[in-house]
Amino acid sequence: MSETTRRDLIRSIALAATLGSLPAADAQHVHNEVAEEKKSSGSYQPKLFTPHEYQTIQRLSELIIPADEVSKGALDAGAPEYIDLLASGNERLETLYRGGIVWLDVECGRRFGATFLESKPDQQTQLLDVLAYHRHETPENRTGAHFFDWTRRMVVDAFYTSKIGIEDVGFKGNVGMSKFQVPVEALQYALKRSGMA
Amino acid sequence: MLQSKRSAPVYDVVVIGSGAGGGTAVKVLTDLGVKVALLEAGAMLNPAKDYKEHMWPYQVPHRGAGNDAASYFGRKDFGYFSAPTGYWDIKGEPYTVAEGSQFRWFRSRIIGGRTNHYGRISLRFADYDFKPYTRDGIGTDWPISYEDIAPYYDKAEDFIGVTGTKEGIRSAPDGIFQPSPPPRVHEVLIQNSCKKLNVPCVPARLAIITKPHNGRVPCHYCGECGRGCVTASNYSSSQVQIFPAMKSGRLTVIPNAFARELLTGPDGKVTAVSYIDRVTRTEQQIRCRAVVLAASACESARLLLNSKSSRHPNGLANSSGQVGKNLTDSTGFGLEGYIPALEGMMKHDSDGMGGGHVYMPWWLWDKKTSFPRGYHIEVGGGYGMPGVGSFGGVCAREEGYGKGLKAEIRKQYGCTVGFAGRGEMIPNKDTYCEIDPSVTDQYGIPVLRFHFKWSDHELRQVEHMEQTFTDIIETMGGKVLGRRSRGMGDTGISIGGEIIHELGTARMGNEAATSAFNPFCQAHDTKNLFVADAAPFVSNPDKNPTLTIVALAWRTSEYLAEELKKGNV
Repeated sequence: MSETTRRDLIRSIALAATLGSLPAADAQHVHNEVAEEKKSSGSYQPKLFTPHEYQTIQRLSELIIPADEVSKGALDAGAPEYIDLLASGNERLETLYRGGIVWLDVECGRRFGATFLESKPDQQTQLLDVLAYHRHETPENRTGAHFFDWTRRMVVDAFYTSKIGIEDVGFKGNVGMSKFQVPVEALQYALKRSGMA
Repeated sequence: MLQSKRSAPVYDVVVIGSGAGGGTAVKVLTDLGVKVALLEAGAMLNPAKDYKEHMWPYQVPHRGAGNDAASYFGRKDFGYFSAPTGYWDIKGEPYTVAEGSQFRWFRSRIIGGRTNHYGRISLRFADYDFKPYTRDGIGTDWPISYEDIAPYYDKAEDFIGVTGTKEGIRSAPDGIFQPSPPPRVHEVLIQNSCKKLNVPCVPARLAIITKPHNGRVPCHYCGECGRGCVTASNYSSSQVQIFPAMKSGRLTVIPNAFARELLTGPDGKVTAVSYIDRVTRTEQQIRCRAVVLAASACESARLLLNSKSSRHPNGLANSSGQVGKNLTDSTGFGLEGYIPALEGMMKHDSDGMGGGHVYMPWWLWDKKTSFPRGYHIEVGGGYGMPGVGSFGGVCAREEGYGKGLKAEIRKQYGCTVGFAGRGEMIPNKDTYCEIDPSVTDQYGIPVLRFHFKWSDHELRQVEHMEQTFTDIIETMGGKVLGRRSRGMGDTGISIGGEIIHELGTARMGNEAATSAFNPFCQAHDTKNLFVADAAPFVSNPDKNPTLTIVALAWRTSEYLAEELKKGNV
């Protein structure tokens, strides 16, 4: 939408609004127009990781936030692309991921005689079950745990900032409303459970 | 060159800075027929292009983290989606912090300044806030009283639009209010909890309109005020004051103009403002009959201190030596709690206005406490739009991965509440700013050096906040999750400057020996020099300063217009 069109739209809404509250449909219209205009487009090409590294990130993404009965997983939500993009623009992340993947492969080599990717699914999760909890931290696996912490954090960020993740948690907002209301059912539910009804 | 400067127009008033104070000065002066030039160090704002109000995180490949992943390394100001343009650090425009001090300075470089993104919290100071010394023997009384400023609070609220309800609480005077939207579910629980604890929890006072007002459209409840509002339903000086004033024919806006020095004539009055045009990096001068400083408390102090001459060896308006002194920020402390009662609740749109729909004004003003002065409490919670970092807390607490982690995040989403205390800091001799003798910015202008120290007054106040927030969380059946940010030392108090309520650096007073400006914010030493930001504040009560900046700037501008008419400046 051009700036002039938007200005006209906002002006016409302003006019309507002086007669009463802003109609919900109009509020939503402005909203969608702005959102649509600013939508990014184009598909993503890996910028930084080698195919082996990228596939490792893909596998980790799938393990950290898998598809379940509610929604698809981090792979569909673009987590590997997100990590590759950000690591390509930040040396600290680049080192962290490249080094972390080498660490994973070395560790899997010692444990299972294969790279992380070539290890069997139950071997992969056997290692992640150690790395994913601070209580299992040892001097030997600290580097791997630190790497996993970062990967989990960024996979989670990528997933829940995607359309899939936003729907998964049930976010209903970022829409125009003419009047703010709280559903009585929700309020009663929480009041009852809080013991303060 | 000289000749072209001589033939240049002479403005009635040059206003320096376009935030809440500058925007108000521009509006009031042009309404009264005064010819004004507005200097802004940053660029012109185009809300339609610059505001990212309704964007989803997935509309940018970096999801808001920044292509350089800045948000993961603590460098990202208020985030990619926040309204432009504000920074903790500006390339080429450093400031320094004295050894042993910690201070952070948030600056905006754009028409509208920090009002484009600010929290819109609009609280009147209480009557007793103007007479702190009389009340407890600490600090300094204002030379004006609540009665002097009350008519201007009325004008400010009536014009910008502020939500609220009449409550009759002395620490939180009532005003002219727009209707308040209802509290969200977690806010009802908080109100119930506060009731048990005898803490008042009332509808928030936010500079947001909820019905049509002066041609502005009411709030559409998308909850993203901090990103800037394309329908101007919240107050920003850019959209609500400056853009309309540009249509008056009496306002000339000069963006990218970094004020360097105030030039004075033989009679000691300001004759022109020298500024650096950031685009050409050349000095320009603009002539005027009077100047209104509104560059922010610290930038205005810097400009005064840098305006040195043989007539004004300590800088302009500084015969008292008070410029740069008496710097304060609000105290800040935050605590988060997990509320199991909210688990499994029917998901709904809880966006509402940007910020809490309720707040807790200071309630112990007539009780004995272990510290002087008070604080108010702001609340957070609800089903916020997920963003980078939203579920970092759940991941850290629950650990693990896979379907279990996914289910846990789903369960805990929207069950967290947050409390932030904002309290009064009392000016102390160890907290001030001055010109750093050896550092300049990229325009060759000497920069500020900050000294900052919290006293026991503030530390004890913050301990009280932690106890209060814990009580509120536990009374509603919740569990304290931890502090919202690390803060300083054992108490977790905010770093000076972090709350972005820095003020007091050129205080007003009746005596020229102990204050820089008179009760009309006119320099004691220089009759055609005025200040309209938070520099003249004498104290920093537990109320966010913006509404008082607007009210005082309004009063100062009316006075200035009258004095111009009378030929007194």
